[in-house]
Amino acid sequence: MSSDRQDQDFTDEVEHGEELWNPGHRACAGCGPALAMKYITEAAGPNTIVTNATGCMEVVSTPFPESSWGTSYIHNIFENAASVAAGVEAAYQSFDRRDPDHLDVSDEDDLNIIAIGGDGATADIGFRALSGMMERGHDVTYVMYDNEAYMNTGVQRSSQTPLGASTTTSPAGTESIGNDTNKKDMASIAADHGVEYVATASISNPHDFKQKVEKALEIDGPKFLHVYSPCPVGWSYESSKTVELAELAVETGLFPVFEMENGEITSVNKISDRKPVREWLETQGRFKHLFDGEEGEETIEALQEWIDGRAEDLGLDA
Amino acid sequence: MSQSDDPYENLTITTGAVVEPNTSRVNKTGSWRQFKPVIDIDACIACGQCDTYCPDQAAKPVEGEDYYGFDLDYCKGCGICEEVCPTDAIEMIREVK
Ligand SMILES: Cc1ncc(C[n+]2csc(CCOP(=O)(O)OP(=O)(O)O)c2C)c(N)n1
Ligand code: SF4
Ligand code: SF4
Ligand SMILES: [Mg+2]
Repeated sequence: MSSDRQDQDFTDEVEHGEELWNPGHRACAGCGPALAMKYITEAAGPNTIVTNATGCMEVVSTPFPESSWGTSYIHNIFENAASVAAGVEAAYQSFDRRDPDHLDVSDEDDLNIIAIGGDGATADIGFRALSGMMERGHDVTYVMYDNEAYMNTGVQRSSQTPLGASTTTSPAGTESIGNDTNKKDMASIAADHGVEYVATASISNPHDFKQKVEKALEIDGPKFLHVYSPCPVGWSYESSKTVELAELAVETGLFPVFEMENGEITSVNKISDRKPVREWLETQGRFKHLFDGEEGEETIEALQEWIDGRAEDLGLDA
Repeated sequence: MSQSDDPYENLTITTGAVVEPNTSRVNKTGSWRQFKPVIDIDACIACGQCDTYCPDQAAKPVEGEDYYGFDLDYCKGCGICEEVCPTDAIEMIREVK
């Protein structure tokens, strides 16, 4: 029996679809951001131009001469996915003015322009480019995949790293409790730019995330999506737990899922019996130090308080 | 390996280093695997959860059957499919190579 199972192999019998996020990419086993890329391409379809900042998803998907993308794809430098997408959009607008029968970028069926960046590329180093793209009003859907640190270069903290996480630039030790800031609220920052549609989503609920991508692509002007995407390597947990930990982050309120339209919160995925954040912290090596000592305990309490405050503001509890 | 040709054939670097789509399929990531998923075809209800959550497009319907199987050319053995399967039809076993 056990040798039967060793020999089980359906490789030549399985049916692949026309996948636009192709296998053979070099993301680590169990990579959360790789799932986000899969869902983005499924929602957007082939008539899409992706601009992608340097970071794990670029590095794993396009080592020369390979590409994991079935869509058009431009790798740009770390800080300017939003600028490149804005340029692509402006070029198409210009083609359109010169030849009105040319593809119309503002027609939702014709062309999707999507900029993709990690949390570092988006909330920190590409922030100015993102701000400019949103403020100028380009018809671009920006997706920030959030794995809560600069993973591609070896787990440096970003403005999306949660309080208490140990990273290589916020190492826990006798003098430090780990990262000493809470996650920057990118949804509100985008909404404050006048962005019509802003949403958060988690890879644990692909149906919800894909609906939000589709909705964003139908709206003219800039859109901003923030998708929660756990990283087994940087967070230090078993690769099989990626979906479960994304879900737990939602269930504890650490990562609230909601939509904002024209600056107002228009939908919130309510949570009944919100779990204490402690349950989520316990699952990851990067928070291990919080469980041996008083200072760790205080940090857990501070994080819980921050989550409670946001939950209250958002009306998160069912 | 149907959608793409081998990008390493006649390799030249064009201006802008333009490459063809879907070409990472030449990279068989199945060689990374330490544990392999096996399926109990009687327990599988063909819900497709494994397919939905596989980051590597490796859990797919088996042609003409009402159960799912794994593309071992690409499966990295992460174990997500085992976790998300609602009927516990998938088990990760250490692979003997
Ligand atoms: C201007 C600039 N600074 C630094 C780097 C080095 N660098 C490449 S990827 C990366 C980290 C990317 O982090 P993030 O955007 O969160 O994506 P992730 O790797 O986590 O997917 C850094 C620092 C660079 N390429 N360009
Ligand atoms: S380091 Fe993390 S985000 Fe980067 S490829 Fe690996 S699992 Fe994915
Ligand atoms: S073990 Fe991971 S890579 Fe392999 S089929 Fe399951 S989910 Fe996909
Ligand atoms: Mg990151």
